[in-house]
Amino acid sequence: MGMSGAAMSKLKQILPAATVIAILIAMWWLVVVATHSAIFPTPWQVVTGTLELARDGTLWSDIGASLMRVGVGFLLAVSIAVPLGLWMGWIKGAFSTLNPIFQILRPISPIAWIPIAILWFGVGDASPIFLIFMSSVFPMVVQTTAGVHTIERRYLRAAENFGVSRYTLFSRVIIPAVLPQIIVGMRIGLGVAWLVVVAAEMIALRSGLGYLIIDSRNAGNRYDLVIGSMVIIGLIGLSLDGAMRLMEGFRLVKWRYAH
Amino acid sequence: MPTKISVKDLAKRFVTDQGSLQVVNGVSFDVADGEFVAIVGPSGCGKSTLMSIIAGFDRPDRGSVTVDGASGKGPSSKGILISQQGSVFPWLNVRQNLMFGLNDHAPSDKEEIADHYAAIVGLKGFEKSYPHELSGGMLKRVELARALVVKPEILYMDEPFSALDALMSLRMRKELLRILAVERHTVVLITHDVEEAIHLADRIFVLSTRPATIQATFEVPFEHPRKLSSPAVQELREAILRELGV
Repeated sequence: MGMSGAAMSKLKQILPAATVIAILIAMWWLVVVATHSAIFPTPWQVVTGTLELARDGTLWSDIGASLMRVGVGFLLAVSIAVPLGLWMGWIKGAFSTLNPIFQILRPISPIAWIPIAILWFGVGDASPIFLIFMSSVFPMVVQTTAGVHTIERRYLRAAENFGVSRYTLFSRVIIPAVLPQIIVGMRIGLGVAWLVVVAAEMIALRSGLGYLIIDSRNAGNRYDLVIGSMVIIGLIGLSLDGAMRLMEGFRLVKWRYAH
Repeated sequence: MPTKISVKDLAKRFVTDQGSLQVVNGVSFDVADGEFVAIVGPSGCGKSTLMSIIAGFDRPDRGSVTVDGASGKGPSSKGILISQQGSVFPWLNVRQNLMFGLNDHAPSDKEEIADHYAAIVGLKGFEKSYPHELSGGMLKRVELARALVVKPEILYMDEPFSALDALMSLRMRKELLRILAVERHTVVLITHDVEEAIHLADRIFVLSTRPATIQATFEVPFEHPRKLSSPAVQELREAILRELGV
């Protein structure tokens, strides 16, 4: 009987964080009970409320709606940002022409685009997809471009020395050299996309986790569902980042993290 | 022997924040086909700049470099540069690195050629290893093999072994000599290590401090394998060091 060494050290690693979370939940519980709050729920009420939503299917359809929007908007952004970033990184003229425009657009909060999104795309799925696209495309373009700019000269010289074709130069040198940076850009982009989809759904839509929060409050102050949705948003965001981090383990990018 | 490389009156100046800096001034020499020349000079004398120009990566302000009588139009796989920092691609494994320069071969041939050269430099069994899994000496072997794969007529070696420890550096020199005994290449070696120059080269040019000019030329009349502790070698070493002001 007994735990293996690895399981034991894993447990030791998560123990402090788990303890803090447990203390916070306990304090939350105590404060709600002590103040006899009629509106603010206890942790247990959040759990039962969320389970109720899970049973009637609302939770799953809202999670599905949010994930679908993020998925489509994010993939669109990747398919534009990566080639655009490579082009801007490689061609000086493209960089000096487009970079100022991106630098002006980048600091505008994606939320500020909501009126324009509704004007152009109405209140369907296209609006949040547009917003997600706008929010995640810039960090990915910036990271990809910076990645090309920071390729070490010795590698480009070697490629030049061997007189390889343009195709080989891109497929064997430039893209693999930039890939770790592209993955960083994708992590940032997906993180922002997940923030934005919730905001967009709160304002302009009638489905998704953001809408679930607003709807729970409006439909009889169901703060148990508000908090339940928030926790789920956090957990899904964490999983999405975890999935992106898995890409850092690919053999093609491992060199970047080897030292 | 016909002349392979002809360097005539090279000059190069860099403009910096502190004003302009004459790095190379009036360097001329010829290298015969199949000859191994070493260029020795103090640190910061402009050796690497000179090599960059000779290998075609940089343009001189004045003078010319011709290979086989034709003036160079930038770098080509006819002459491969091996530099001190190394340029083995960290995202490709050993075999993929060796296959990199093989443009006009069928994929199966490429693999065969790559593995052949991996074996020549003693990397058999490491074909699928990635650079971060290899030691510094092994990386140098990869770099050397990657150059040899394309059968370059000229090897430009800019302090190729200076990042290695003394023992590994000596081992790599012997390796290089063993390969050169089988495959003929013209070699231009830049080094600050006089012993390395005497060990490897047929002729040694001593560069002055900046701006670099050729201050003296030494023939190395010893047969390979050279015994570095022999009195004649020591005498030559002393003479070169005197030229360098040491």
